[in-house]
Amino acid sequence: MTPILQSQELGKKYGRRWALRDCTLEIPAGRVVGLVGPNGAGKSTFLKLAAGQLAPTSGGITVLGGRPADGPAQLAKIGFVAQDTPVYPRLTVADHLRLGAGLNPGWDAGLARQRIERLGLDPAQRAGGLSGGQRAQLALTMGLAKRPRLLLLDEPVASLDPLARREFLQGLMEAVVEYELSVVLSSHLLSDLERACDHLIVLTGSRVRVAGEVERLLATHHRLSGPRREPGRLPADQHVITARHADRQSTVIVRADGPILDPSWSVSHLTLEDLVLAYMDRQADQHTDEPARAITLEGRR
Amino acid sequence: MIWLTWRQLRGGAAMVSGALVVLAAALALTGPGLAAGYAEGITGCLRDGDCTRFFDRFFDEYQTPFLGVTVIVLVLPAVTGLFWGAPLITHELEAGTHLLVWNQTITRTRWLAVKLGITGLAAMAAAGIASLAVTWWSGPLDRSAEPGFTMMDPLVFGARGIAPVGYAAFAFILGVTVGILVRRTLPAMALTLVVFAAIQIAMPSLVRPHLMPPVRSVVELGPVNIDQFLVPDDGSPRMLLESAVPGQTGAWVLSSRLLDPAGRPIDDGTGEAALPISVASGACARQEGAGSPKGHMETCVAEINRLGYRQAATYHPFERFWAFQWIETGVYALLTLALTGLCLRWVRRRLS
Amino acid sequence: MIEFHLDARSGVSPYLQLVHQVRHALRLGLLREGDRLPTVKDVVARLAINPNTVLKAYRELEHEGLVAARPGVGTFVTRTLANASLAAHEPLRRELRRWLAKARLAGLDDESIEALFSTTFRSAAEEDIA
Repeated sequence: MTPILQSQELGKKYGRRWALRDCTLEIPAGRVVGLVGPNGAGKSTFLKLAAGQLAPTSGGITVLGGRPADGPAQLAKIGFVAQDTPVYPRLTVADHLRLGAGLNPGWDAGLARQRIERLGLDPAQRAGGLSGGQRAQLALTMGLAKRPRLLLLDEPVASLDPLARREFLQGLMEAVVEYELSVVLSSHLLSDLERACDHLIVLTGSRVRVAGEVERLLATHHRLSGPRREPGRLPADQHVITARHADRQSTVIVRADGPILDPSWSVSHLTLEDLVLAYMDRQADQHTDEPARAITLEGRR
Repeated sequence: MIWLTWRQLRGGAAMVSGALVVLAAALALTGPGLAAGYAEGITGCLRDGDCTRFFDRFFDEYQTPFLGVTVIVLVLPAVTGLFWGAPLITHELEAGTHLLVWNQTITRTRWLAVKLGITGLAAMAAAGIASLAVTWWSGPLDRSAEPGFTMMDPLVFGARGIAPVGYAAFAFILGVTVGILVRRTLPAMALTLVVFAAIQIAMPSLVRPHLMPPVRSVVELGPVNIDQFLVPDDGSPRMLLESAVPGQTGAWVLSSRLLDPAGRPIDDGTGEAALPISVASGACARQEGAGSPKGHMETCVAEINRLGYRQAATYHPFERFWAFQWIETGVYALLTLALTGLCLRWVRRRLS
Repeated sequence: MIEFHLDARSGVSPYLQLVHQVRHALRLGLLREGDRLPTVKDVVARLAINPNTVLKAYRELEHEGLVAARPGVGTFVTRTLANASLAAHEPLRRELRRWLAKARLAGLDDESIEALFSTTFRSAAEEDIA
């Protein structure tokens, strides 16, 4: 399957600071990809690069076979809902739909109308008077009604209350089924995305720490605990993510493609949250400038 | 995109058109009366042979509205530049809506081109309408204006003809450019105002005089180019030159110096000079009971001319008014195009 | 039709929870042969979960021979797990009730009853294997 998004050594610098660097990724089509990392990790930068709102400082990115925002045809293929879901406060809901219809040849007016109706939004209401949840839904409606093949969402639920958050994700997931969308959405909280995504990218300190299918990530990462030992003494196919050593005991989180055969380890599975935290910890332990190669696990089906 | 731009401009456009309608109505109501008064006065004064008194009286009578409408036309480009130009992009940047609109199926170049085109044309149209209406209305006054207020003079020149259209286009694109660079509305508006005001002052004082080579002429002194002439009982007669050249009504006088018979300027740079002529005897000597003071002055001036004192003036004749209007509008159009190119480039490459 | 729900704290992966819930409903006779499962879109819209999770659960059920997908129509139950045993449920339930009453009479609280049941259940299962 051809990837929907591919980046090689992608980097973006603001002034002297790298917001994102050495980002080499492949995202297969038809996935809901969660982009997780603390604030300022480079999530917005990555999404803006993918949407073509920013030009890369180094490296390259290909989305759906083209350079992002390289002409109208390319713009039509990608939907982007920016952080804080901006809308024109003085325009009404109906105005926004009219705007979308006027600016997008592929606009699905039926979809837009139905969604607005089902959400119970008043078309005559000014967007500035909408609640955060309603505004997010309006922005999502605009993103969906242009009928993109890839939808990028930057922290779409960060500012929503739990109910609005759930409603937003429900609408999004429904659209994924209905319109066969690929989605990349970011959040600084894994819990927002855990159920929704089947592919995960962990981004900290402007670098990608790990990326891959959620299932495969869970299947290949293990927590080993047992008598204290030196971390160097592990089989070659086991890569230590984090290691904690007490007086007599060692607890190690490893990535291993094969089974763990050493009987002195007691092996337990990780939750997705444990896994993400392990990679974030690891980043905190290391020097941030060390070119830690991102570990990319290709999704196989 | 056209609809969106119009939708965003609607409020401001309504306000400016409202103001223009009020201005046009006021001018339309008073204009015919003004023209009739002028026609009546001019036939009267032509019969008498001297129209100077009528011109002075007529111009004085309408000076306040004359200055008022002139200032309106001068200020309008700055207003549209400030309130339409500067916020055009900063509003989007501040609300983040540029990210919404840039993700619609429209390139940034087209987005900006449409925004600039429509809003810029609206600003130019507003300035053009205001300028044409005021040019029409003040026609009689411009014909009777005293030196310093003729159509060639910097204050009035910028409020007549087509130049305000050029100013409006430039002020608008200047506002947009500053907005794109500063990225925040209020600072952008302030900076736009400062830069535009500086350019509007620099243009007539530093640039416009050199757009065409001025005419230089040395002429005899007379009532047209003498503002004040004092003949004291003792000492030297003092003369203050008027910024006017005989036979060149309405000319834009750049300099006016008093030359002595040897051709050396003797004034202090402002056109004021003391003439080394005896008032004790000769033509300029006061003669008790002989003729009116006016006659005495004329005799004295004639003597001064005979001695070889002259006015040396550099000026642009009134006939150059439209040539200057076109050149100046062209200069602003070029500046506008340059800034437009810069904006398009910046929005395509740098902004996000 | 079955209504799915998810327990975020159970530690069981969402797709397995869906599979368990279908099996459970089949056992209890809440789902019968010919019943239609909710469409992927319905489940996704209700639970706000990834569609692939639902697809995977349905595939798993299909693999077990419990349901069959008819393209364009939906996913239907093809087999029930309750057929023979469903009739026996009622007498067994009555016996269990009596046993519970006895246990309470003997002074066991809810926790002790549960502990007793699960240890007995487990040791019986081990004996069966052995």
